[in-house]
Formats: sequence, C-alpha cells, structure tokens
Amino acid sequence: MTKLDNSLVVSRLKERFEESIHEPIEPHGLLTLQTDKENIIAVLEFLKKDEELQFSYLTDITAVHYPEQELPFAVVYHLHNLVQNLRIRIKVYLGGKQPSIPSATVLWNGANWMERETYDFFGIQFKGHPDLRRILNVDDMEAFPLRKEHPLEDPNRVDKKDAFFGR
Amino acid sequence: MSDIKLVDTPPPGVEGSGFFATSLDKVIGLARANSLWPLPFATSCCGIEFMATMGANYDIARFGAERPSFSPRQADMLLVMGTIAKKMGPVLRQVYVQMAEPRWVIAVGACASSGGIFDTYSVLQGIDEVIPVDVYVPGCPPRPEAILDGIMQLQEIVKSEKLNRRNSPEYKALLEKYGINTNDKVR
Repeated sequence: MTKLDNSLVVSRLKERFEESIHEPIEPHGLLTLQTDKENIIAVLEFLKKDEELQFSYLTDITAVHYPEQELPFAVVYHLHNLVQNLRIRIKVYLGGKQPSIPSATVLWNGANWMERETYDFFGIQFKGHPDLRRILNVDDMEAFPLRKEHPLEDPNRVDKKDAFFGR
Repeated sequence: MSDIKLVDTPPPGVEGSGFFATSLDKVIGLARANSLWPLPFATSCCGIEFMATMGANYDIARFGAERPSFSPRQADMLLVMGTIAKKMGPVLRQVYVQMAEPRWVIAVGACASSGGIFDTYSVLQGIDEVIPVDVYVPGCPPRPEAILDGIMQLQEIVKSEKLNRRNSPEYKALLEKYGINTNDKVR
C-alpha cells in the first residue's frame, strides 16, 4: 500500500478530472480544492471508490455564505480516508437566488441529514435528495437563518430596546 | 424554647373556644397553597438548581411540594427551567394545556423569563410568548433559595386567589389571548 499524501491525491484527481479540479491549497495541512456542480458527484465517487484513495467516510456537508462574492454560496464536503487517516475538503461555489447542486445521497446515506441541515440553514437545493425538508428549525420558518441578510437577534426581544438604556 | 414561628397569621375569621370560622375561599386557598405539586419542565442548568431544591438541603417538600409530578394531569405548578427553543414552544404549550385547573406557572431563570443570553432567532424570548406566567424567578441560574422564594411568592398568590377566578371573563380572556380553548372540557 503506497503512503498517500496531499500531493499524490491532487495528482490523481488532476489526472482524472483535469481542469475541473482547481485551486488546491493546504491550510493547516488540510488539502482543500474546488470543483463545480457538474462534476461534484463524479469527484466524490472517485474519491470514495478508487482503490488507492479510499476516502470512504463522509465527515460533513455544510455551506458558507459570502454575500459580497459573485458566487455567494460555498458548499463544503469533508471526506476522511479511515485506512490512512487522511482528510480532504472539497468546495463548490454556487450562485443565484435558489442555489442548487446534485445530492450526495446516491453515494452516502449519511448525506441525507447533512443536506437537510444545509438546506435548512442556507436554502441550498440538493437535487435528487429523497426528503429535502427542514430538520432543526421550526417547520413553518420561511427564512434561511444562516444567510447573512437574516437578522440574528429575535425581533420580539423587549429588554434590549434602546429606551431602557437611555439611548 | 424555640423562636421558630410555625404559622404567620391565621386567615381572618371568627375564633372561639374549640372552633374557628372563616370563608371557604380562604380554607381552600390555604389547602392549595400548601400542597402545590410541581411539574418540573427542565431543559438546562436551572433544572440542576431545581434538583438541589428538591434535595434534602433545601427540601422543597417543606412547602407541600412533596411529590414532583412528571405527569401534567396531576400537577398544580409548572416550573419551566431553562432555555426554550422555538421548536420546543408547542411542546411546552401542550404540557400546559394538559394540566387540570387550577394551574400555575413559574418561569425559573433568565432564559425561561426573557430568553436570557440567547437573543437569537431560534430561541423563545420568554415562555410568556406561549403560556401565561404567574411568577418569574430571576438569576442565571437562580440559587435554590431564589427558587424557594418564587414558590413562596406563588403560595401568596394561591392563598388569595378567588375560587371562581378560573371562570371569570378576565381569566378566559387571558387564555384566549394565548389561543388556549377554555370551553373544551375534554383535552
């Protein structure tokens, strides 16, 4: 068994996906790269099923909102190679009012709740998800609360009104 | 011998040798106030303080609250202790609706009273958004003495409550305000 390292993973991915894999960086030693929504499932499948790479464990799916960017939503996948204890992070940047991306439930059943959570907080539409509805917030919530335009504080709070502090 | 005063003042009435006469309201109020069965609805650290309050050191049983109920059907006093997330709101309301009249509510601690430090979209900013509250106990979390003081405050309310208050238009209007149906006998 060859010892995997970040550069070997990048070269294997570049060999297979060429220009669809870009901007590999290694913050704190964690290999981080970008791809696009057309290729994300193929990339994840390759990482999971390739006999050398063996990134078989899906640690997390989440998202980040960067409102000032042209493509404001980053969907982030964390994978873990349990055999060689190596981790990888893959980001896909999305735009539009209703950002959408194919669901990873075809590869991991565990992606189900992670994608529901990401939908719940960021409104990312996961195409092909079997049951995409809210998981943590109240069912009748209309906003996606972790988008930056959503106010953090509750409007019903009365004891923080400026009048109580002479402002 | 001892300077412990057992009873503050008896309710106003007519006293003579071998008898004491007062109104039914006051007798029932006295009985209710000294047998408040608590229903702890504990979600966080205030619940831990309540456990100390139930324990031998502070001994909530001294106030007639010997039996924590854990069934809303047989409880008089709902103690809400801890942060109530908005998703928990309907559950808390359901527990309140299941309690039989007469019923009282104590909001223990900053979170149950006002949301506390959790000024955020996912947390109820005080349980009085979903159910009526009789006594608020401040603190984060309050010490057992403060919880006991809250219970003693509630006892004063219970003692002086009119027997027909629960049928009064004011009380019905209060429950209507919270969307709780007062005519539905079977819950």
